[in-house]
Amino acid sequence: MLILHCPYCGVDAEETELHAGGEAHLKRFGPGSSDADFESYLFGRENPKGVHFERWRHVNGCGKWFHAARCTATLEVFGTYSAQVLEPPQDIRDAITAKRPGWSWRDIQ
Amino acid sequence: MRRYSAFAIAREAARYHSGWERAWASPEPKKKYDVIIVGAGGHGLATAYYLGKNFGITNVAVLEKGWLGGGNTGRNTTIIRSNYLQDTSAAIYEKARSLYETMSQDLNYNVMFSPRGVIMLAQTEHEVRGYQRTAHANALQGVKTEFIGPQRVKELVPIINISGPRYPVLGGLWQERGGTARHDAVAWGYARACSDMGMDIIQKCEVTGVRREGGKVVGVDTTKGAIDCDKLGLVVAGHSGVLADMAGFRLPIESLALQALVSEPIKPCMDVVVMANTVHGYMSQSDKGEMVIGGGTDGFNNYTQRGSFHHVEETVRALVETFPMISRLKMLRQWGGIVDMTGDRSPILSKTPVEGVFVNCGWGTGGFKSIPGSGWAMAELMAKGHSPLAEEFGLNRFAEGRFIDESVAAGVAH
Ligand SMILES: Cc1cc2nc3c(=O)[nH]c(=O)nc-3n(C[C@H](O)[C@H](O)[C@H](O)COP(=O)(O)OP(=O)(O)OC[C@H]3O[C@@H](n4cnc5c(N)ncnc54)[C@H](O)[C@@H]3O)c2cc1C
Ligand SMILES: [Zn+2]
Repeated sequence: MLILHCPYCGVDAEETELHAGGEAHLKRFGPGSSDADFESYLFGRENPKGVHFERWRHVNGCGKWFHAARCTATLEVFGTYSAQVLEPPQDIRDAITAKRPGWSWRDIQ
Repeated sequence: MRRYSAFAIAREAARYHSGWERAWASPEPKKKYDVIIVGAGGHGLATAYYLGKNFGITNVAVLEKGWLGGGNTGRNTTIIRSNYLQDTSAAIYEKARSLYETMSQDLNYNVMFSPRGVIMLAQTEHEVRGYQRTAHANALQGVKTEFIGPQRVKELVPIINISGPRYPVLGGLWQERGGTARHDAVAWGYARACSDMGMDIIQKCEVTGVRREGGKVVGVDTTKGAIDCDKLGLVVAGHSGVLADMAGFRLPIESLALQALVSEPIKPCMDVVVMANTVHGYMSQSDKGEMVIGGGTDGFNNYTQRGSFHHVEETVRALVETFPMISRLKMLRQWGGIVDMTGDRSPILSKTPVEGVFVNCGWGTGGFKSIPGSGWAMAELMAKGHSPLAEEFGLNRFAEGRFIDESVAAGVAH
């Protein structure tokens, strides 16, 4: 069973307490953007076999949204972090690099 | 190819079964093919089959990283039906269902198609209205379905509890010619027919790169070396995102785990397929007597072919409410497959930004039923550049906001 540490209330929450919110750090395109950018923001997904950044909600707990870095090929969790950031923080990137040297995700390394 | 028949069984019985041929050849790859299909699941093999049968294109290789049918095709619960809401979907799913009717004869391979009937239970007022609407839509589409009342449901499924406390059965959408088939046999039957037409089915050959020149595909890199081709079909279900990445584009697809399980075999007790979409579970009985059970997908991106245990518990809990007699049944096996989900729960059959590369994916939780129709349409798309059945399922529907919303018809995962 998947267990994620909620960075807000500090609980190690198991899957039945959590709700998956899909790919994180999407770059938003709105009015005035090109059709291709808008479509890609709405529907295009990385869906990688490997390092994945995603949004989760501690729905049956404190109710807060947060971020997680996880491997979709092994289900290993690299860490969780605040929802108030646009990119994964350095300590999370370092934790991933230690396990998956040379990884990259979109233009994030 | 030596045909299978009652006569062949008698002949082989008389000589200690020494004369059965291998069903398909396992050659080494050639340097170049007209068409390469990646993925020897049902959809990839059916595409190859109809390329040969309908268009005479037989210089074809089907490349498979594992073993034939080892993806979702060999992991699914084999429900076949065509009672979808939108005309576009009804057309391709009904084409597929009708091809299943004659598939065993067509392939000379017993795929055990069993049109035993499928009921989708209505357990809320909302669902009653929804399925009545679908039944009307199906009538206009020429797909034979019927909305039936709770008493008829009980007659068809004596073991069902129609007066459950929380979700009593209020009726059901009944498709009499829906049913099941033997999943491996579908893959094996197509493989045998493809091999007979001279196509190469190459197992344990993983595609690791898509080679392009000037925006056009020229071949693939594989664990058995580089192979050239003029056209490339990506038919890899849960791995579609990975293959698209190799070809340099993204897809509106997320890969999730979907699980199923079977019980110990018991005496015949249910001769139709029952789906309960509100409580999220469905069940049928296999010819061996096992109860075949499935439910909804897991919630998060996953490539491991393993799901979370609590989903199994939720599914079984729902079915025990619906069929109280299964509460003491032991479960024998449980497994998962990686399904390719689109936002509108409809598939993608399309050209791509790379010339010569075509995709067939997004069948998600419900693509076993569509294998022959999908292969038919995909072959036409690859051979002629367009296909009436595939037209509306193109990638451009996302840019144009022209969704084919089947989230209700797809209801529970199947
Ligand atoms: C538990 C479960 C229950 C289901 N129940 C039903 C049901 O009742 N009714 C229904 O209609 N549908 C059902 N489905 C859905 C159905 O199984 C799928 O939609 C269908 O089988 C997809 O077939 P496919 O040929 O596209 O994919 P697959 O059968 O998955 O084949 C894709 C193949 O591509 C190969 N591949 C991947 N990457 C590479 C690579 N790089 N190189 C070479 N080969 C590669 C894989 O190994 C795989 O064999 C269910 C699915 C699951 C998981
Ligand atoms: Zn919390």
